[in-house]
Amino acid sequence: MDGDDRLYDRTPGVEDEEPTANFLSYTTGFGLAVLLTIASFVVAQTDLLWAPGVAVGLVVLAFAQIGVHLVFFLHIGTGPDHTNNIVALAFGLLIVLLVIGGSCWIIANLNANMMPM
Amino acid sequence: MTIGTIEAVGPELVRGRGGGGPASTRTVVAYGFWIFILSDITMFSALFAAYAVLSGRTAGGPTAGELINLSHVFLETMCLLVSSYTCGLGALSAERRQRDRFLAFAALTFMLGAAFLFIEIWDFAAMVRMGAGPSRSAFLSAFFALVGMHGAHVTSGLVWLVYMAAQAAAKGLRPRVLRRLLCFSLFWHALDIVWVGVLTLVYLIGAR
Repeated sequence: MDGDDRLYDRTPGVEDEEPTANFLSYTTGFGLAVLLTIASFVVAQTDLLWAPGVAVGLVVLAFAQIGVHLVFFLHIGTGPDHTNNIVALAFGLLIVLLVIGGSCWIIANLNANMMPM
Repeated sequence: MTIGTIEAVGPELVRGRGGGGPASTRTVVAYGFWIFILSDITMFSALFAAYAVLSGRTAGGPTAGELINLSHVFLETMCLLVSSYTCGLGALSAERRQRDRFLAFAALTFMLGAAFLFIEIWDFAAMVRMGAGPSRSAFLSAFFALVGMHGAHVTSGLVWLVYMAAQAAAKGLRPRVLRRLLCFSLFWHALDIVWVGVLTLVYLIGAR
């Protein structure tokens, strides 16, 4: 079974590389995640960003953080042996965006059409 | 390799598309658990949507900005992040069959997860004592549902981790135990991803 691993589907959460590269990937991911977390707190608590843009900045940092987690901790890559994992992830993402975006859209519309109290 | 299709179309085209025969049990187990994680995140998206819609409905009660203590939240975030790192290193030790190192990293992961839960429950108790419990307003119902659901997941992760450490100690790091361990680390890292969403939407944007 271990003859040519790359011919098989890749497992989510596992990097079939050198063990040292694996340690390196966790450490790189951890470093990036700490930097992004500190950046989020700095952006939220200082006037570094233009005030109305802070929420957008935080969302961008959150997406970067999620990307770091997916790549360095969950080892989701772009190779052909990752196709199944990526397709499942893309579908999950679609549902998440539909549920959150759709709810916000509909409720904002209902609120706008409420009679003034 | 003896399979004809690989010579016919080249290894690049069959990689990840069934080339080389059926996938290993490990791949199938982890893929199934990956689907579970994605459905769990879809469940969380409903709670996120409820919070996003209700975050302004305070019914005259306290707002997010008045309740949130960002220094506690920073500690919680760091606990989860470091525990994700130690969980990864523990999984690495387990793959190399280093049982004692794995148990040490598992203990570290458990303590960091427990510290996260301790801070969270401490803050929840303080909020309930000052009359800002889940029944106070729609905002607080959505807050406790979302953050509490994440906390419940962390709690079940801690129970699972104890169970995995006991299996590693009693049965050794045999393939079946390693597959369960792989599912656990996927679960633990996914909880950190959900926390990034909670941190950004509830705490950092909410506290402004």
